[in-house]
Amino acid sequence: MAGLAATFGSGAMTNSINEMDEAELFFVIGSNTTEQHPLIGSRVINAVERGARLIVVDPRDIPLTRYAHMHLRQNIGTDVAVLNGLMNIIIEEGLYDREYVETRTEGFDELKRIVGRYTPRVVEQISGIRADDLMLAAREYARTGKAMLLYAMGITQHTTGTDNVKTCANLAMLTGHVGRPSTGVNPLRGQNNVQGACDMGGLPVVYTGYQKVGDEPVIQKFAGAWGVDDLDKTPGLTITTMMEAADKGDLKALYVMGENPYLSDPDSKHIERALSNLDLLVVQDIFLSETAALADVVLPAACFAEKTGTYTNTERRVQLSRKAVDPPGSARADWEIIQDVCTRAGYPMSYADPSEIMAEINRVTPSYAGITYPRLETGYGLSWPCPNEEHPGTAYLHKDRFSKGLGTFLPCEFKPMAEPPDTEYDFILTTGRMYFQYHTGTMSRRVGILEREAPEPLVEINPEDARKLGIRDRDLVEITSRRGAVKIKAEVTARVPRKVVFSTFHFHEVPINLLTIPAHDPVSGIPEYKGCAVKIRRCA
Amino acid sequence: MAKTSTICPFCGCGCNFYLVTEQNKVVGVEPSPGNPVNKGMLCAKGWNSYEFINSPLRLETPLVRKNGKLTESTWDEALDFTVRRLREIQSGSGSRSLGFLASAKVSNEENYLFMKMARAVFKTNNIDHCARL
Repeated sequence: MAGLAATFGSGAMTNSINEMDEAELFFVIGSNTTEQHPLIGSRVINAVERGARLIVVDPRDIPLTRYAHMHLRQNIGTDVAVLNGLMNIIIEEGLYDREYVETRTEGFDELKRIVGRYTPRVVEQISGIRADDLMLAAREYARTGKAMLLYAMGITQHTTGTDNVKTCANLAMLTGHVGRPSTGVNPLRGQNNVQGACDMGGLPVVYTGYQKVGDEPVIQKFAGAWGVDDLDKTPGLTITTMMEAADKGDLKALYVMGENPYLSDPDSKHIERALSNLDLLVVQDIFLSETAALADVVLPAACFAEKTGTYTNTERRVQLSRKAVDPPGSARADWEIIQDVCTRAGYPMSYADPSEIMAEINRVTPSYAGITYPRLETGYGLSWPCPNEEHPGTAYLHKDRFSKGLGTFLPCEFKPMAEPPDTEYDFILTTGRMYFQYHTGTMSRRVGILEREAPEPLVEINPEDARKLGIRDRDLVEITSRRGAVKIKAEVTARVPRKVVFSTFHFHEVPINLLTIPAHDPVSGIPEYKGCAVKIRRCA
Repeated sequence: MAKTSTICPFCGCGCNFYLVTEQNKVVGVEPSPGNPVNKGMLCAKGWNSYEFINSPLRLETPLVRKNGKLTESTWDEALDFTVRRLREIQSGSGSRSLGFLASAKVSNEENYLFMKMARAVFKTNNIDHCARL
């Protein structure tokens, strides 16, 4: 998100899901859309069936490629080179939107200088994508009026994640593909309220609505609204750096609400050591997750069906979800638990229900000011920015001007992945998700049908590699990285290219994050889940 | 039988469906035909999203670790212990020795309150969630 915020001034989907019905071209990079965002994936497929064009850039043969007009299969971690190559061709052939570049952007000369080095031949060397294919894709994207770029964690989960995002934004601005209906840059968010958790300031650098923790007027506003006078002015730690601090003994207490870092974070052995090193671990959750099992205190929480509240989807739409049943036993809604903790800590809170909390959010958050309960109770939600109660919400961003004024080209050079394969660790492990399971499986593995469809973890390996290593389909194999080893059954499939293996982090039986590398993007803190070096052998 | 409008707890699409309930128990799901996000459709996770609600493995009671084992406790005991230890560590090692992980799965109101707790009550910006994972 940091990358989009730097270029456009706002780090969210620029368009709404419904605008996909009118798009003429989809450029999908690093998003396994049909598996991770099924209802958005079906919009893309429907659009292709009515005549829209589809270009997929992905190392794996993901299901969406069956519908694609072009599939560019880049080497893992070479996205910046591929996107720079597209821009090189677009500038070289004069296909960029001159008027848009002149009136709405800044930094074009520097962009031109840097992407000038990424000729189709150079990019073919780095990425493995044929120069001819790159040229076809560049021309088609540049020449289409309503082109939507979609990306997800295939772009962000790299040590160059922020560079990848900036480079996507550069491509869209160069061709004037931002700020119109059905035309923009659309990061698809993974979890039901990941957008909302960011919007609500669940980040070390910002309060609600991305108001910075270091800005004096912002600090004054929140100090006034909350009746406190000593707010922390320095940015805090990200999840990755919190784990490092816990390991070193600098972070001594961690309060976790509804997350399972033990399974979801890279290098699990390091996470377990870090969590065990804490003086206090509090976990508030609906199940005894792998993280909760390590806790000093476990607080039982209500799930979505057992409380009222709002959730913000990937297109910035805030929607109201109502309480259907009571929570089990003595479990309580997260907001009730937090309110009780704060009151006991000497900061009394007495919200009668979530609508009173939203009223406070409305007061301190300009982009949410008009998103009130009375409005959400009728209709189908409101998309931010929604600055007042008369405002209808915003379907697409950056019309006529960017949130920050001019859009800024922030060109990036290609940098290789943190841990490239070598002679000993000769494969790249890339991780992701599958249709029938969700995240660390806390919820989805407790649903019979989902468990029946996807009961066990598998690692995908290319048939040619499998043959060389004497591995047959469903053989047990051992995968080893510099951080750990797991045993897992192989799925022999051409879905993965040669010298790449793929698996998911849904299954506690095979915690794939024992293998992954904690190397992370310096700006966003996102770990490089999409590539680390491993070796693989058939178990005897 | 009653129907309550809710939002799917899985991915970021934000599909809208009704939970069908009988005697305070969720027994099914019906997608909202009018919602512009999913227009009456759901994926396999959405259609089956209600099942984990009734899981016998749901946590029902607070737990506090005693003699190395997580042991059932009252809310009073669990919350008092939590607050006492947070305050002890804060006064001994400073606010920056505390960390808070918010959640991409709970509501906006709850994330806001959690963020407010970290910043207004425990005076730290050490708050993050797994947006990156």
